[in-house]
Amino acid sequence: MKSPFVKGLYHGLPIALGYLSVSFGFGIMAVRAGLSILASVGISVTNLTSAGQAAGVGIIAAGGSLFEMALTEFVINMRYGLMGISLSQKLDGSFNTARRLIVAYGITDEIYAVAISQKEKITAKYMYGLILISFLGWSSGTLIGAAAGEVLPKSVTDAMGIVLYGMFIAIIVPAAKKEKSVLLAITVASVLSILFRYVLTFISGGFAVIISAVAASAVVALIFPVKDDEDESTCEKAEITETEAVQ
Amino acid sequence: MKVALYIFVMALVTYLIRMIPFTLFRKKIKSRFFRSFLYYIPFTVLAAMTIPEIFYSTGEMLTAAVGTAVAVILAYFNLPLIVVALAAAVAAFVCGLF
Repeated sequence: MKSPFVKGLYHGLPIALGYLSVSFGFGIMAVRAGLSILASVGISVTNLTSAGQAAGVGIIAAGGSLFEMALTEFVINMRYGLMGISLSQKLDGSFNTARRLIVAYGITDEIYAVAISQKEKITAKYMYGLILISFLGWSSGTLIGAAAGEVLPKSVTDAMGIVLYGMFIAIIVPAAKKEKSVLLAITVASVLSILFRYVLTFISGGFAVIISAVAASAVVALIFPVKDDEDESTCEKAEITETEAVQ
Repeated sequence: MKVALYIFVMALVTYLIRMIPFTLFRKKIKSRFFRSFLYYIPFTVLAAMTIPEIFYSTGEMLTAAVGTAVAVILAYFNLPLIVVALAAAVAAFVCGLF
């Protein structure tokens, strides 16, 4: 039987490979924007996020204020706060404050998606493995991209641009196949996202994702509320009354 | 030096957003609505991030569409994440050759 740490490393492998290709692009971008290799890698090591870093480099290049930087990062990365709350519901008993402080660093879209889709409770060691390998992919990709620039042919780097999205599809499609509610949630979120992209274009990308996801989740949560713990779900009505009575 | 300050602010804000909710939430959430909401969040976030951006991810919409189609088909048959992700890239690359 594999240890949780090794299992985390293994589950993080596709994330690391995806990150390697995306952060490669980030490295190229950052150096083009006038940053040193050290600064480019420094951003990836301390931030571990794609959209926020890309926006941040834009602000540095444009000489924006530190307030603008803080506000932009806050808005773009707000979704990690939601993911953190969601993930906090799945932690096993071993998660003390110190471990939470460490694991919080590694909450990204992909790490969250893989962790939350596990059937069992999440252990700290599993998260360490998942985060470590993803971190290595992200930071080394940035270094290679910043240092080597355009060594790879454009046809290869272009094609690699789809890797992370392909991974997202591999997460949402099987879930949508299994549950109609998830299919509806994904459809609503996609339609809203398309609307923001082509019609309500004054909303920035980070905001558009947040609004689409929150609105779609709220609507579907009203239509298809999740079942409570298995033993209670058999008599749903009684259980709801009970919960209300307790509150 | 100025760049270091920018990076510090970036990293600090990003870490605090991740850390505060994750560290402070200790209890089970009682509200059935909120639990349902959180259940759907990962799927809706990924969907909103993927659609329509995936069609712009390779620099050419046709190759991206082919890659997307391959990813959706393989994902439908429950293939592993890495297989789906790399097959999408290979499909986009091959399509780009023509």
